[in-house]
Order: sequence, then structure tokens, then C-alpha cells
Amino acid sequence: MLDVIDLNIEFHDHLTPETVVYDFDLHLDEGEIVGIVGESGSGKSMSALAIAGLLSRKHMKKRGQILFDGVDLLTCSRNVLRKYQGNDICMVFQEPMTSLNPVKRIGWQVGESLRIHTSLSEEQIKEKVLKILKDVELDDPEGVYDKYPHELSGGMRQRVMIAAALVCDPKILIADEPTTALDVTVQAQIIRLLKRINKKTGTAILFISHDLSVVRKLCGRVLVMYQGRIVESGDVNEVFDSPKEDYTKRLISAIPKMEKLKYEQ
Amino acid sequence: MSSKILTVSHLNSYYNDKTGKFGEGSRRRQVLKDVSFEIGRGEIVGLVGESGCGKSTLAKCILGIVKDHDGEIVHGSKRAQMIFQDPYGSLNPARTVGWILEEPLRIKGELKDPERNKKVSEMIQLVGLDDGYLERKPGELSGGQRQRICIALALMMEPELIIADEPVSALDVTVQDQILKLLLKLNREMGIAFLFISHDLKVVYSICSRVMVMKAGEIVEQGSDEEIYKSPKHPYTKQLLAAVLND
Amino acid sequence: MKKRFMKNRRLFIGAVITGIMVLLAVAGVFFTPYDPNAMDTSAKLAGISLKHLMGCDNFGRDILSRILSGLGTTMLVALGTVFIGVFFGTIIGAFTGYYGGIPDEVLMRFNDAVLAFPSLLLALVFISVMGAGKLNVTIALGILFIPSYARIMRGEFLRCKNLDYVRSARLMGASDIRIMFVHILPNTVQVMLSTIAIGFNNAVLAEAGMSYLGIGVQPPDSSLGRMLSEAQSYLFIRPGYAVCTGTAIVLLILGFAMLSEGLEKNA
Repeated sequence: MLDVIDLNIEFHDHLTPETVVYDFDLHLDEGEIVGIVGESGSGKSMSALAIAGLLSRKHMKKRGQILFDGVDLLTCSRNVLRKYQGNDICMVFQEPMTSLNPVKRIGWQVGESLRIHTSLSEEQIKEKVLKILKDVELDDPEGVYDKYPHELSGGMRQRVMIAAALVCDPKILIADEPTTALDVTVQAQIIRLLKRINKKTGTAILFISHDLSVVRKLCGRVLVMYQGRIVESGDVNEVFDSPKEDYTKRLISAIPKMEKLKYEQ
Repeated sequence: MSSKILTVSHLNSYYNDKTGKFGEGSRRRQVLKDVSFEIGRGEIVGLVGESGCGKSTLAKCILGIVKDHDGEIVHGSKRAQMIFQDPYGSLNPARTVGWILEEPLRIKGELKDPERNKKVSEMIQLVGLDDGYLERKPGELSGGQRQRICIALALMMEPELIIADEPVSALDVTVQDQILKLLLKLNREMGIAFLFISHDLKVVYSICSRVMVMKAGEIVEQGSDEEIYKSPKHPYTKQLLAAVLND
Repeated sequence: MKKRFMKNRRLFIGAVITGIMVLLAVAGVFFTPYDPNAMDTSAKLAGISLKHLMGCDNFGRDILSRILSGLGTTMLVALGTVFIGVFFGTIIGAFTGYYGGIPDEVLMRFNDAVLAFPSLLLALVFISVMGAGKLNVTIALGILFIPSYARIMRGEFLRCKNLDYVRSARLMGASDIRIMFVHILPNTVQVMLSTIAIGFNNAVLAEAGMSYLGIGVQPPDSSLGRMLSEAQSYLFIRPGYAVCTGTAIVLLILGFAMLSEGLEKNA
């Protein structure tokens, strides 16, 4: 369904061109959950933004292809790209406070994709929105519908973001660090929610995170990125239990454990 | 010389909530409720709680940044220093690292130029970086490097107590370890006490000898690390530990 | 360092243009082809010729000479205006933004009062009290410019005062004044530079307006603004007059604007 082939992204807005992603390959089938792990500067967010078509074509030189159902998203016209965005490919971001419009009610925001991509009436849109708000396990969908983002907690806002992304029944959901800004107890709930939705609707999920423990719980396959390149990839359990590359091993050993730090002279 | 460098007794803090609807005016809300604890010389005390529970507010009250509070705060002989969570906002983006580190000395006005440079140089090496960093601006450094500079800056004031508010939360996992080790080293070698604030229970366990658990502005439980983590009493503490240990 | 300067096209072009204008202005102090005030009645509104490279105005005065001597005057007035506006505006903005509270409210109301007045009217009042002339025009315009700078700088100080590095400075024991001017001020440079560019532009035009009304720069000083106003009446008879003067003004403003933008990019 989604094939990223030899993606290279180079930034040109500074004096020296800066390559941020090298030789990136990815294959995503329907219903799969694939994780991309890496630390800051690894290029994981860039790759995700590229797939979502959110990178400015002006300041970047790109090489390679992003084939979605055969169409190359890097070279297709803006109109074609817009047809896919929000409809077949949706994205959820890390910071739910800034990714929701603070002056618009939740109901309006979640329904916006439907307004753009379908010709449903306002009543039909409201119906769908209420249903999806219920699907993301929000307690009071009607109440939330009328609220503003600042009236909700972080966890609720993130659920709203996910609802907004899922309302058009996308084929791919790209989640960029969706749990990083949340408390530990809420993180677990969001992960469970994503798993459930994947099972129920068959939406493929591309899950980007620096948190390996979370990736392990959710994803079937994982790509490990370091400084713009994929250093290792494969089945998530295999990669965790028997990592081949040095960086992967370092990453796994750095996972915080409940043990005392020893003081060495 | 007293063995307690910070004593907080029955601290309550308030703020004016102006976020009501237009025309409603502001309401005075209470953030911290009856908070009491002590920090002894050279201790590393952890403060855990979820976001919004008031941990940062407690730090701000102790440092005098937030003034609307009642109750008693007794400091040791020196003012406490702070390391902030966001290493990106805590260093002046328009100045070089060398200038930033020299500033506390300039303000105190004690040492003269060659000695100041020496002290800055010593400090930057103490936190694991070299003199080459002095010419650079914060914008050119990585998160871990910036946090080291923040630590060096706090150390310039020769504090007895450093309040670290989520010092490693914004850093990559591979870097977190190094920073925690640095804090531990400063504690063991220089006897600096720490109030370590975090929402991450594992990180708190790794270096704190005593832990306080905060919920909605109240300390619901406090004790030694083993007491809190191995035999928690309060239901909220148990809830937090359950969520973390389920990995 | 030099390479960055070369690569920053805006900065380079801006510096070149401004540099040329400054050189011309300095030259104009010492040497002009003709005395800028000498009237040659036989050459009224003469066109471009070898004798008068830019023609003559309606009094028979050589336009090129007037432009050269006017450049200096216009630049001085504009720079002086901007300087007064930025200097006092920054101080007011710093104190009101940083401290807030009642002084902020009071000063901002004064600010709004000055802003609300039609500027030319206020300038008229100043000039009638102080008298006309280069210096007084600069002071009058400078005072008029203070409120907008104050507002902008106030915004900058408001933005910065809650950042962690300011808290950090306070914990070090820095005084408020030190925090405002040693710690926060360098962070406002970018905004300052862009407002300076706009301010320069406005100053040139404001001075032109005042000169047109006769309350600006007085003879023997010539000002580009006044010349442009006079050239308007002869636009269809002798367009060269307006075009040459206008071009001089445009180059002056353009050069300065590009210089500021270029500096901003480097900052």
C-alpha cells in the first residue's frame, strides 16, 4: 500500500545544504503497525512529515519516491496530494495543545476533514463526529463536542486529535510521538486505544517515538534510525531480543530501568 | 552548622485564575496545600507526581519566584539554585556560553578577569565539556550539552541545594544517563543536596534516597526510596507504581 | 565571516547602496557642481543636459546639486528621528514591559494619547513652540516616533521576562536594570532592526510632509522631501525633476531597508 523507496531529504535554507534523511526505505501493508524509533536528529520526524506531504517543496531537495497506491506523493500535483491528506493519510502530532485550534470548538475541528473531503450535510457530519468521539473512549461525547481545547486535559485532547485523524477512515495513521507529552498512566490508555482501533478498522499505523518500551508494546515491525539513516529494521521482538547493530544495543540498554544508579569515581 | 538546609512548613500557595469567561473576573485558587518537608545536607530528595500537580509551583515558592503563599520556608545559609526542564529556554540565546557562565561572577563582583576565566574554565570541565564550548551560543548546542551548561551555571553560585525541575525529561535516553551520573557525582563529591522533581518514577528511583509523592498540591506520602517503591502505603502511590512497573 | 557577508545578498546590496548614498552625501557637503541655492533665471525648468546633469528646478537651481546637498540633510534628520524614537522608546518599553502594573498602564495611556493625535498637527504644535529648522524637525519627529517603538519594545520585553534564562539571572542576584538591559535587550535586536528600517522610511516621508507645509527644513538647507513636493506641480512639464528626486529618495530608503534586513538575517 505504501512504499517509500530511497528517500533522501536535503535542506537548503541555510548556507550549507544539510542532509537529514538518507536512503530511507519503508514498506507498509494494510493493517500493519510499524514503529520508527530514534533520538533527536535521527530524521524520524522528517520522514514522517515527508510521507504526510507536509514538507515544503521549496526549501528541500528530495530524491526517491513515496508511492501510495502507485501514486508518487513527492511529484504529484498539489491538488492530488491534498486529496489524500486528511482523507487517506492522516497525522497525529506530539503536542495536543498547539495542534488543536484554540478558538474553535472540538466538534467543528473534528468534522473539518469531513467538510473538506466529503459532501455530507452538517447533520451527517455531526453524527459521524459524535460516533468517532465515542470510539476514542471519551466519556461524554456530546459535552466534549461543544467544548474548547483548553477545557480538556492533555489525555482528552490527544484522543480528540486521534478522532480528528480517524474521522475520514484513513488507510494510514501517522503518529508522531503522540504519547511523549502525556503522563504515564494516560500513555498506556492511548496505546491500548490505538491497538484497538487498528484491530477494528484495519487502519495501518506508522508510530514514531523515541520511547522503545512503548514501541515494543504496540508495533509489529520497527525501524531504528540514527543520524538520518535506518540502521536496523525487522520484527519488533527480534530487534529487541537480539539487536545486531551497536546503536540499537545502546538504545536498548539506555531504557530506564527501576534500579539504582551507581556512583563511580 | 545546621544539618537541615531547607525546611518547609505548612506551605499553601495560591494564584489568580483569570481564565474564566469574559467578564467573570479572576478567582483565587489554591495550588499547594499544607506542604511540609525537610531536606538535609547532601541529600537527594525526589518529588514525583503527574503534570499539573504543583511540583514546579513548589520549586518556584522555595526560590521566591512565586510570592503568593503562606507558611514557612527556612533556607540554609545560601540561596538555592535551579536547573530548569527546558534547556532551550534556560540559556540566553543572544549570549555566548562563556559570557553566560561568567555573569554570576560579574554580578557578585568579587574576582578579577584572569581568575574569572579560570573559574569558568574549571566549571565547564567539571560538567564534562571543554573550553571550546565557551565561544559558542546556546543555539549551537545539543540538549544534553545545554543541560550541562545549565548545571555549570547553577554551580557557579556554589549552592548547598540545587532544585532540578525535570532536568532530563527533554533529553534523549542515551543522554539522560550521563546527566544523571553527573548530578550524582556532584552530590557525592561536592556534597550538594538536590530536590529532584520529575514525573518519571524510574529516574527518581535511580538517584534519590528519599521520595515525596505529590497529588493535586498535597504531599500524600513521603519516605525513603525503598519504603516508597517497595512498600507504598497511599493508594495514589500504588497507582503510579502500578502504571510504571507494568512494563 | 567575510564569506557570510558576501553570501547574504540583501546585506551586500544594501550596504553598497547605502555606502554610495553616504559617500554622495558627504561629497555634497564639500562640493556640488553648482551652488544649490543659486538661481539661474535663464535656465528655469531646464531639461537634462551636459550643463545640468539632472536639469533645473522652477527657480533655475541645479537639481543635481540640490540633491547632493539635500541627501545629507534628509539622512541626518531621518537618522536622528529614528535614534530618538528607538532610544526613548526602548527605555519606556523596557520598563513598562518588564514591570507592568500601574506604571505600565499610565505610560501606555500617555503613549496612546500621543499616537491618537494626527501627527502633523502635533508636529505643527512643536514647531510653533520651538521654531523650525533641521534640529527642531528632528526632535519633533523623534518624539512622535517614540510611542510606536515603545509599544513594540514593550511587547518584546513582555515576551522575554518570563523565560527561564531571566529567572536564572534573577537567581544569580542580577538587578532588574541589569536583567533588562544586559540580558534581555540583546534578544530584542532582531525586532529593533526591522522597526528601524520602517522608521527610517517613515521619517523620510514625514519630513517631506512637514517641509511641504513649510514647517520642516528651512533654506539654505534643502531637503529631498521638499524638493519632491515642489516637483509634483511640474510633473507633466518637467517629469525629470520628480523622477530624479524620487529616485534619490527610493534608493536611500531601499538601501537602508536592505541593510537592516540583511543585518537581521545575520543576527
